[in-house]
Amino acid sequence: MTRYIIKRLMYAIPVALAVSLICFSLIQIAPGDPLAVVLPADASQEIIDQTKARYGLDKPLVTQYFLWLGKAVQGDFGISIATGRSVSVEILTAIQYSLVLALFATLMALIVGLTCGLVAGYNVGTAMDKVASAVAISGVSVPSYWLGVVLVVVFSVNLDWLPAMGAGINDEAGILEKMSFMILPSIALAAMPAGIVTRSVRALVADVLTREFVTALRAKGLSEVQIFFHVTRNAAPTALTVIGVQLGYLMAGSILVETVFSWPGTGLLLNNAILTRDIPVLQGTTLVLALVFVLLNLLVDITQPLLDPRIKRT
Amino acid sequence: MKRPMVKKLADLCQPFAKPVAIAILSLGICGQAYAGGTLRIAMTASDIPLPNGQTDQGAEGMRFLGYQVFEALVAYDLSTAEKPVTLIPGLATSWSTDPADRKKWTFELRDDVSFHDGSAFNADAVVWNLDKILNPESPQYDERQSAQGRGRVPTIESYRAVDDNTVEIVTSIPDALFPFQIAWIVMSSPTAYESAGNWDNFLNAPAGTGPFKVESYTPRESAVMVRNDDYWNDDRKPEIDKLVILPVPDASARVAALRSGQVDWIEAPPADSIESLRGAGFNISTNVYPHVWPWHFSMLEDSPWSDIRIRMAANLAIDREGMKVLLGGMMLPAEGMVPPTSDWFGNPEFKVRFDPDAARALMAEAGHSTDNPLNVTAIISPGGSGQMQPMLMNELIQQNLAAIGINVDFDVRDWNALLANWRAGAKDATTNDAQSTNSSYFSQDPFTALMRHIDSRLVAPKGTNWGYYESAEADGLIDQIRSEFDTAKQLEAIQKLHEHYVDNALFLFVAHDVGPRALAPNVKGFVQAQNWFQDLTSVSVE
Repeated sequence: MTRYIIKRLMYAIPVALAVSLICFSLIQIAPGDPLAVVLPADASQEIIDQTKARYGLDKPLVTQYFLWLGKAVQGDFGISIATGRSVSVEILTAIQYSLVLALFATLMALIVGLTCGLVAGYNVGTAMDKVASAVAISGVSVPSYWLGVVLVVVFSVNLDWLPAMGAGINDEAGILEKMSFMILPSIALAAMPAGIVTRSVRALVADVLTREFVTALRAKGLSEVQIFFHVTRNAAPTALTVIGVQLGYLMAGSILVETVFSWPGTGLLLNNAILTRDIPVLQGTTLVLALVFVLLNLLVDITQPLLDPRIKRT
Repeated sequence: MKRPMVKKLADLCQPFAKPVAIAILSLGICGQAYAGGTLRIAMTASDIPLPNGQTDQGAEGMRFLGYQVFEALVAYDLSTAEKPVTLIPGLATSWSTDPADRKKWTFELRDDVSFHDGSAFNADAVVWNLDKILNPESPQYDERQSAQGRGRVPTIESYRAVDDNTVEIVTSIPDALFPFQIAWIVMSSPTAYESAGNWDNFLNAPAGTGPFKVESYTPRESAVMVRNDDYWNDDRKPEIDKLVILPVPDASARVAALRSGQVDWIEAPPADSIESLRGAGFNISTNVYPHVWPWHFSMLEDSPWSDIRIRMAANLAIDREGMKVLLGGMMLPAEGMVPPTSDWFGNPEFKVRFDPDAARALMAEAGHSTDNPLNVTAIISPGGSGQMQPMLMNELIQQNLAAIGINVDFDVRDWNALLANWRAGAKDATTNDAQSTNSSYFSQDPFTALMRHIDSRLVAPKGTNWGYYESAEADGLIDQIRSEFDTAKQLEAIQKLHEHYVDNALFLFVAHDVGPRALAPNVKGFVQAQNWFQDLTSVSVE
């Protein structure tokens, strides 16, 4: 197992290199000048040249890339062009917000997805199955940013129950108040993974219930609760894989939701970096998120054998 | 996180605070009455402006943090909505130039001003702050602040403290516009910087001299400012206790935050939300300010816009009132580079108006009609700072110009790409086949409003005369404005320069933004000055 983990971690190196190279190339191809945002529009050429030199933008592209890479392997992603702050600190701060939101959304997606999936799987073809499947299809189909806007209109503007945006003002908000800021963005984020989990679990449960060992268990006189335990144990590894991958998407793919809710996570950080051509932030955040993806997949792979001993990692 | 005991007690006392305060005030125990409350503002910026002094995030950064916490020697009079903003004494009580040597400026400083950390503001602090942005050898030199401020004072050559309350600044050329320039440069506390050790630490305990003090600053989340009770200007002590600014770049998120009561004020509500916000009881505040949305023409030989008849025809073809309806009333039709109410407008002979017949006649004179149209390409952007609603507006212009025989092809570019080309000039390869660019302009002072766009000595890379316009008359007027220290004569030259703009139809004058902002009904006392910057000290939250 240790060898397997090391091997998988080694795979992360070419992935990280490829991601950083693609990201760097795409940014260079994209139009626009990162300095246009940080300097007054009528800044003199002298000031523009000085600022370019400060960020190393006056060097050839290949040199820029390797200079960045050399520092990145030491954990130094440079200085944000837009804010002048350390990119590592920016990412570390933002990733905490995204992680909290992603975990909260994942928990919601798991609860809703497992419940609906099990109900539908146990009742294939019935009205309950159709309702659960409709919920799943809606979750997968509805764009998260649209759902976010609708949630804000209903729960913030009309009902005035929950905050519409932000993460609470500094130390002024207590823990419960802080959590209230997470509810709407989490629901918007959780809708799609909840739908995917529902569909996966439904299919798995329906399949497991038709297998011979279930018939054998019933014949042995096991109660439905005991059979349910066996069924869920068989369905768990697949559900775990699905949710593991989804957690990665939630960490990286929440740009629109974080923008709609002004949630200061990696999605909003990336969105702002794209708009301001903040190359160091874009590269650093993309690389970190790619590594998060790799690590989450590894975590899922390590956890699967614990739930299902038939799966062995060597 | 545990809340401080004082805060808990304050919360417990909150229900009684207002009646007790009223009782105390009515007994005449307190000398000064404040309305109190917290004003929460959702900005369009995506980050909190750096509270270091010469802050970032453009004009919005200076509006909501820069000029609230820090101050300059020369200030803007933002107390009225009725007239264009003028310069008034700020941290300097007066300024003058030596008639024998117009390059020498003397600023007399206020002697009753302290920074938020209690240290005294004096001539040494001014010199220290100028070093902060101009002298790379000084320990307090800050590249971030220098990038924001240095370009604003390009003519400063040297400076010194004459005595505790007098500063002398020498410029490289006689520069009558220097007071406009120095109004950009704000003062941070040298003592607070010494305590902090560097500018990054300074951000945790910033100190200026302004009406608000920074209580907390969290990048990308919020900045909380509180009233400076020791503020030197009794007329501008804030009514509110606390000012909170939040970065909310998404327009619909700002509207939702206002409607849900999470903020009290939003910047730039989208045009399609204005009526419903009004209907829901929110106040929409607008006023003209130094901003213009034009097409900047290329005057190069191969550009069709080098023909004055075509330029005039285009200016007569635009239905600006129709555009105003399209934008929900959120614009002022442009008749020049500055609004007609501006002192700088003058009395141009050419009247910019909607007159398609006159436009068609001019086009016919130039050899074009709808049957024999002129084809042009215009660089535009889908968005950007101050760009209002560029796609919608440009589509209307395209339609209006087609009606007089000008077929417009758009070269749509990202805002940053448009700006990069604007700096590079019309001759640059990135201009491709375009003959105009559509960048909205900040026109805070005569230089930014009029001089920089047409001074033949300011073509790329020296400046932003994008269209390579060249005119001895314009250059002469520009020199006169810069070197004329008699304000009446200087104003006359500015007016003549503006008349030159309009009479030669140098740009396609389209619109002035009116700076819409939506305020909750309980926000009172805001006076929207005709400026990019605003005074928040008169605002109260009931």
